[in-house]
Amino acid sequence: MSQRRVAITGIGLVVPGAVGREAAWEMLIAGRSATRATSFFDAAPFRSRMAAECDFDPAAAGLSPQEQRRMDRAAQFAVVCAREAVADSGLDLTATDPTRTGVSIGSAVGCTTSLEREYVVVSDAGRLDVVDPAYAVPNLYDFLVPSSLAVETAWATGAQGPVAMVSTGCTSGIDAVGQGSQLITSGRADVVIAGATDAPISPVTVACFDAIHATSPSNDDPEHASRPFDLNRDGFVLGEGAAVLVLEELGRARARGAHVYAEFAGYASRANATHMTGLRPDGREMAEAIRNSLRAAGLPAQRIDYINAHGSGTRQNDVHETAAFKDSLGQRAYEVPISSIKSMVGHSLGAIGSIEIAACALAIEWSTVPPTANLTTPDPQLDLDYVPVHARKADVAAALCVGSGFGGFQSSAVLTRLEP
Amino acid sequence: MKEFDLDDLRGLMKGCAGVDEGVDIDGDILHVPFEQLGYDSLALLEIAHKIEDQMGVIIPDGSVEKMQTPVEIIVYVNSDVLKAS
Amino acid sequence: MSATALREDQAVITGVGVIAPTGFGLGPHWEATLAGRSAIRRITRFDPSVYSCQLAGEAAGFSVEEHLPTRLVTQTDRMTHMALVAADLAIADAGIDLSGLDEFEAAVITANSSGGFEFGQDELQRLWTRGPRSVSAYLSIAWFYAASTGQLSIRHGLRGPCGVVATDQAGGLDAVAAAGRVLADGVRAVITGGTDASLCSWGFVTQIPGGRLSRVADPDRAYLPFDEQASGYVPGEGGAILIVERADHAADRQAAGYGVILGHAATFDPPPWSGHGPRLADAIRLALRDAGLEPGEVDAVFADAAGIPEADEIEAAALREVFGAGQVPVCAPKAMTGRLYAGAGALDIATALLAIANDTLPPTGAAIRPRADHQIDLVTGAPRRAPVGTVLVVARGHGGFNSALLLRGM
Repeated sequence: MSQRRVAITGIGLVVPGAVGREAAWEMLIAGRSATRATSFFDAAPFRSRMAAECDFDPAAAGLSPQEQRRMDRAAQFAVVCAREAVADSGLDLTATDPTRTGVSIGSAVGCTTSLEREYVVVSDAGRLDVVDPAYAVPNLYDFLVPSSLAVETAWATGAQGPVAMVSTGCTSGIDAVGQGSQLITSGRADVVIAGATDAPISPVTVACFDAIHATSPSNDDPEHASRPFDLNRDGFVLGEGAAVLVLEELGRARARGAHVYAEFAGYASRANATHMTGLRPDGREMAEAIRNSLRAAGLPAQRIDYINAHGSGTRQNDVHETAAFKDSLGQRAYEVPISSIKSMVGHSLGAIGSIEIAACALAIEWSTVPPTANLTTPDPQLDLDYVPVHARKADVAAALCVGSGFGGFQSSAVLTRLEP
Repeated sequence: MKEFDLDDLRGLMKGCAGVDEGVDIDGDILHVPFEQLGYDSLALLEIAHKIEDQMGVIIPDGSVEKMQTPVEIIVYVNSDVLKAS
Repeated sequence: MSATALREDQAVITGVGVIAPTGFGLGPHWEATLAGRSAIRRITRFDPSVYSCQLAGEAAGFSVEEHLPTRLVTQTDRMTHMALVAADLAIADAGIDLSGLDEFEAAVITANSSGGFEFGQDELQRLWTRGPRSVSAYLSIAWFYAASTGQLSIRHGLRGPCGVVATDQAGGLDAVAAAGRVLADGVRAVITGGTDASLCSWGFVTQIPGGRLSRVADPDRAYLPFDEQASGYVPGEGGAILIVERADHAADRQAAGYGVILGHAATFDPPPWSGHGPRLADAIRLALRDAGLEPGEVDAVFADAAGIPEADEIEAAALREVFGAGQVPVCAPKAMTGRLYAGAGALDIATALLAIANDTLPPTGAAIRPRADHQIDLVTGAPRRAPVGTVLVVARGHGGFNSALLLRGM
């Protein structure tokens, strides 16, 4: 079998500040931050009282009453994105062999919002040690298991090939797309609906990040609280959202005259095996992931035109990541524009990696690099070009997307413009 | 406010973060670095939470996590610096 | 099949660690399984008196304090306790020195279905009764589905491509298959398999309304896959961790090995409203094709065994379709442990490997009588001596996941 390649032919997005791919891209290149004071619940007792929330109306987004009732918010995001991506791709699913269509969906915390909401009821706000089954809703099992997110995506797209849910913490978004692409390159599927979703803005998630001081406590200025690479950064802002991509075997995409945003050219993951949350300043395992993803793409470092960073805005991450870029890319790290869109859409845990891959595909498509918003005071320790505040026109023929996650996961993906 | 001593701290360390293999937590650990005792940043955060609970104080962000040894925590908790919660 | 006939990157299973309701360790689990000793009992973890389903397969023989330092115990949920300890058992069983491998040439890929649910329930309770400041600093690392892979990677210094697969009860097979696939990318050894533990009251209550748990009170009559009286399943906890190595690496260090992964495939059922049939038979056929095997070369099937009449019929029909009625022995020892979610596929692989090693098929349970119209040759009542060289393991996940994996002895 000659080497199979992977084309990105459709993109669907739901992000804080914008529902839909075009609105999301417009927001990213405008450098607009969607972080705000938490509105989904009373955040007064919490240390971090800000979030990047999606103004998402499920009915307006096309979900039926039964879909709205049955699906956790994360599933709703995924399905809406999957439908947008498929429509964008122009793929006629009724004419596509469903047994050769797969799904690869990532999520870090699954249906945590629904689980917490239902826990509060069956336990009567924690009063009951042995929770009360009389108050359990019929579809609770679908919240127990995050695999239901992949099920809903498969149902929405008619996929009957290999369907999987990937849950590698905050690298789920990159890993789901990477592993989805491997379904195509290995010949197990011709089309893969790949992406990730998370809707974690719920008291338990906020509390768990409060407890380890990972999120920003700069509650007096929510709009500017997510400030990756800035001297005054003090943690990430919790976000939510989803991105789904249509991945197609390149030959078939070309044969049907599909519009191709970019080729998904390379992917690799490694683990730091050091600490569940801590990062060493040398970034060596992320560097190793980057090197291997470039090798998989057959690309030397000099050809990278844009890096979408993990850029969570914690003190340790931005140092770790900067070191990883220098280690793996050498001199090129000093020349290439690097930005973190978490500055605008917050950190949606497992979802963000797919959102970032989508942003890379759009950067290639539109020859524009989104900025790192809120980067107003450079950190002398971080001496690379992080594209502060304003988007920049740039010819992006190849983009690198990296991520880092609790558990020590380090992932890297390479997208390239498809030459005619 | 009751004096916070090494036994109190030891109890909290064991209770919230357990004990690592090969570590004698009941010995003279007053000046032994937490890192050597197997207590990482998460463990120190957890210990700080429990001190807040037990002593009825609020510990400001970033204070306990930077402490290297048990004696530093004991001195800090018993100082006038902490406010009641 | 001799080692020289294997591809150099073929996946060989060289070590097995089991923590299951049937026993702590592969040997005790196998012995209890052969003896038909069911581990399903009234749950002891909490008082289930007000619940319509009160049974579970608890891994009662597992006491984590005997095996892990309390430093690790406090920061992880029971599912990770089991994964860590089962991995220790598997590594010792394999006789592999992981520190002798390049750090990037070893990895961890586990399956998980419900995360650190008991840890999560305790923290939710703390949050909602005492406020945010009472939540543990460890919640962020103990509850999420990747916790076991992360902790294993750290404990053993493994920096290769690590992963976490969540396909409900199909996950155990999917993770092991994924471990086999990364061996082509320069990885020499993978810690894989899965464990799940959600036998807390909140975990139970998530499953009761779905109507798939058996409401029969008698532990010997509650989970009866393929039987006339099938009434649902019983939840269990535990699973297995396996060491998978490249065949050339296993051969170089003269590891005996239990068996080889010959092939795998996964399919997904059409939506329930589509009017089209499930794709389990397709998954089996694709796995056979992946392995280069004909149905007649399979000596036994370890079934998914949902224990729900409609699901049992679908599985029986798929087996009839692929193998012919009654043409291959079928085992479902999970009737004695309950369904272990992400642990199920891995535990079935472990049991299947011993069936191969001993040319003995384990019984499905003491008293199960398969429905005649299933037309399957279910091994029941007592172990059956038979030549066992190649085994098919089948697993399905809620919502439509189908996974099929083929094993052969060394």
